Order: sequence, then C-alpha cells, then structure tokens
Amino acid sequence: MPEVMTAAKPAAKAGGAQVLSVKDLQAWYGESHILHGINFHVNEGEVVTLLGRNGAGKTSTLKSVMGIIGKRTGTIQFNGKDISRASSDSIARLGVAFCPEERGIFASLDVRENLLLPPIVASGGLSLDQIFELFPNLKDRLGSQGTKLSGGEQQMLAIARILRTGARFLMLDEPTEGLAPVIIQQIGHTIARLKKEGFTILLVEQNFRFASTVADRYYVVEHGKVIDGFANSELEANMDKLHTYLGV
Amino acid sequence: MQALYAQLLVGLINGSFYALLSLGLAVIFGMLNIINFAHGALYMMGAFCAYFLLNLLGIGYWWALIIAPIAVGIFGMILERTMLQWLTGLDHLYGLLLTFGIALIVQGLFQNYFGSSGLPYAIPDELRGGMNLGFMFLPIYRGWVVVFSLVVCLATWFLIEKTRLGANLRAATENPTLVRAFGINVPRMITLTYGLGVGLAALAGVLSAPINQVRPLMGADLIIVVFAVVVIGGMGSIMGSIITGFALGVIEGLTKYFYPEASNTVVFVLMVLVLLIKPTGLTGRAA
Repeated sequence: MPEVMTAAKPAAKAGGAQVLSVKDLQAWYGESHILHGINFHVNEGEVVTLLGRNGAGKTSTLKSVMGIIGKRTGTIQFNGKDISRASSDSIARLGVAFCPEERGIFASLDVRENLLLPPIVASGGLSLDQIFELFPNLKDRLGSQGTKLSGGEQQMLAIARILRTGARFLMLDEPTEGLAPVIIQQIGHTIARLKKEGFTILLVEQNFRFASTVADRYYVVEHGKVIDGFANSELEANMDKLHTYLGV
Repeated sequence: MQALYAQLLVGLINGSFYALLSLGLAVIFGMLNIINFAHGALYMMGAFCAYFLLNLLGIGYWWALIIAPIAVGIFGMILERTMLQWLTGLDHLYGLLLTFGIALIVQGLFQNYFGSSGLPYAIPDELRGGMNLGFMFLPIYRGWVVVFSLVVCLATWFLIEKTRLGANLRAATENPTLVRAFGINVPRMITLTYGLGVGLAALAGVLSAPINQVRPLMGADLIIVVFAVVVIGGMGSIMGSIITGFALGVIEGLTKYFYPEASNTVVFVLMVLVLLIKPTGLTGRAA
C-alpha cells in the first residue's frame, strides 16, 4: 500500500493562487466514517482530477467541500476563507458551483427553469446566448421537461446551469458517466474551453482516459484518503502505479 | 328547482373553503412533507383574528382579509421554526402527531376562553343583500366568497407553477439538498412556504366568519373533509386540490338535494373509491 499523502504533493501550476485547500478532511454519513483525512489543493486556473475506484470517497470529498455532508472535520479553505463549517447555500454563494454525479435535473421543471434555477452569485457568468453557443441542443429543448432530455443533453444542462451563476470554481462529479463517446468528446471540449477561459475545475472521474485530456494534476483517493498525487507531465512515469490503484 | 340551485351555491361555498384549505395543505405537504393536522385550528385562528380586529381595534373586514393571514402566517412560521423543522427526514407520523397536538392545544385554549358557541361577525356593508338572477336569489357575500376564493387559488397555482419563485419551490420539493447547494436558502424557503399555507387557511377563516360565525371548533369540523379532499385530489398536487375542493363541494351540495342522508358521507365514499382505484389521488403522481 503506498504511503498516505499528508500534504498536496503534485507540483502546483505556475502563477496560480490556491483556490481550494483541504486539510485532514474527515466526514461521516450518520455513524459511518467515510473520509479519513483527505488532503489536497487546487490552484487558480487548474483542472484537478480526483481518481479512484468506486466507493473510494471521491464523491464524498466533493460533497464535504460543498457542505452537503454536514458531519465533517478538518480544514477547508476557499480563496483563503474557512468554509468547513459553512452551510452549502452559503458556500455556493461564495462562488463554488457543484454539478452532481446523478446530474440533478429536476423532473418538475422544464429546461429553461432548470437552467435559471441556480441564482447568480457573481458577475461574469455566461449569458443564455453564450450557453446556447456552447450547447446548441439546449436551445431547441427549452420547453421540454428536464428529465425528458437524453443523458448527454442532461449533462450539458447540468453544466450549463452552473456556468450561468458566475462561479469560477466548478466541481464536476463524473460528468462522462453513462454517456456515448461522441458526447464525452463534446464534454471534454467544453471543459478544455472553460479551462482556457480561466475557470478552476475540480473533477471526479473514473474514466481516466477522459481525465487525461483535460487535467493538470491528479490525486488518487482510496478508502477515504488521498494516497498519491502527480502532475499530468508525470503521468507516463506513474502509469503502472495508476493501473494498480484503479484496478484497470 | 330553486332548492337545487340553492344547494349548488352552498356546495360552491363549501367548495371554496375546501379548495383554500386543501391548497394550503397541499403546498405544505409538497414542500415540507408534513401532514398538517393543525390546519383546521389555524383556519379558526384566522376567523378569531378577524373577530379581535373588529371588536378590540375596530378594524373591519377588508383590512382583516390582509392582516389576519399575515398574523396567523407569522404564527405558523414560528411553529415551523421552533417545532416542525426538527421533524425533517422523520416518518410522516411524527409530523401528524405533533400538528394534531398543536391543534388540540390551540382549540382547547380558545374553547377555554370563548366556549363552544359561535360569536357573530357581521357581513361588511358593501357585500350585504342579494341579487335576483331569475332562476335563484344570490346573496352577494356568498357570491363574493366563491369568486374571491377562486381568484386566490388560481393566483397561488400561478405563483407555484409559472414563476421563478415557484420553480425554486418545486425544485426544493424534489431535491432540497441540491437546491441548497445551488445557493438557495432552502430552510428559509420552507418557513415562508409554511407561512403561505397557513396564511391561506387563515384567509379561509376570515371569509368564513360572516357565514359560519366564529367558533373554536369551526376548523375541527372541517379538517377531516379537507383531508379527504387532499387525498382524492392527490397529496401535494396544487391544481388537483383546487379542482377537487370545488368539485367535492358541488357534489356534496347535489347530494344534499337528491339524497340528503348521504350528504355527510359522500366525500368519504368517494375517497375510498379513489384510494381503491388510484391510490395516488386523481392528479397525484406515484412517489
């Protein structure tokens, strides 16, 4: 078993200030202890990917950062501000946007209502026209019930609605899960474009091949801990280790 | 024939109260997942609030239509903040028992001070008298109650189904955790929604005061029928509650004309039939 990381190990991207810093994060679902001391950080403008097997604690890490898992200890700093005890709505209003694994499209809302649901938290969010330029399919489906969209369109909608808010830090939980290769490619292009425009992204992915096209750095999560981390430039050197971690 | 039309009118008026009360219940159940058994007591408080405003402060009916729903709505919000919010995530039974207890306490307090007999509340001067429609005589106040209730019900439906605020409410009904993670203060929205539902009950109480007099148990008599209306319409369905409320009032009125002995039970017979054929209610969706 590789040594547990006690601090963010991969080299930080040059020039970027730390947007998110997580230290010794522990979390519980009821009595069940699920995170056992997570440590990582994300710098401004980076795409950082959490890798790991099913049930390793990746989604729980995002939910803990977002304040969705209420019982948590450790330090979570967003832009230098401690958010480890903040409620999820106040964390969102600080500029953290969350796109959940199951996409979270509301069946009782049409596409337009889904799109307009998250409030604007900062200036500089994408306008509807910019969103339709990014995801043209959505424009034609505005009046449709949200859950009547295809899986790919639902994922586009889930990403689009957080881009409206003006948040510059995005947490995307398995955005490619269950999607066709052509849609995965489109999501990849979108993430690459967002990165180019200066968004900071924390990505949870099991699809390592996809993650490698967009990520600057990786952390490997196992049994509720970060057990390794490396930059994209060190990927080739770490490939064997990664195959062992991910069981592929 | 005159008697039939008169019963239809009575049915429509009862339907107005059923619709307003079941609408409030549907809004509260949809959002808070609480079966609000205190609704009848809060309806009664609306009527008493109008009575106090008139007799203690000299404030008449029109202002009472605004002040009573706000005052009782605030009382409801205090109940939600101090008691109901702790029941989040628990079985429906806990909410039902707590609100039932609240209803008994509130009704008991009012009964202790005001007894069981009705206190008079006069029809406002502007709405006295009636109109001869040719086929029947229509008391103006009763016509006003039907029209005003319908307008309030439709406005509430519009608010929930067609506005941005309503979209937030519907989304929070589906997945409050995610809505909160988008930056919306869901606990505050829940409190306001409970206040809105309670305000609708209080408004029905004010409308009812000149017709049924003001009595501590006026809500207890009504609430069982209103629950049947909500079950028939579909728990949590807004339009279902409105349509079923008016329709059952009319059916009850017609039964009073054609077979009076069944008028008190027809709603419950319908409820049993609906539960057997479509357990989610006429317009409700499966969970």
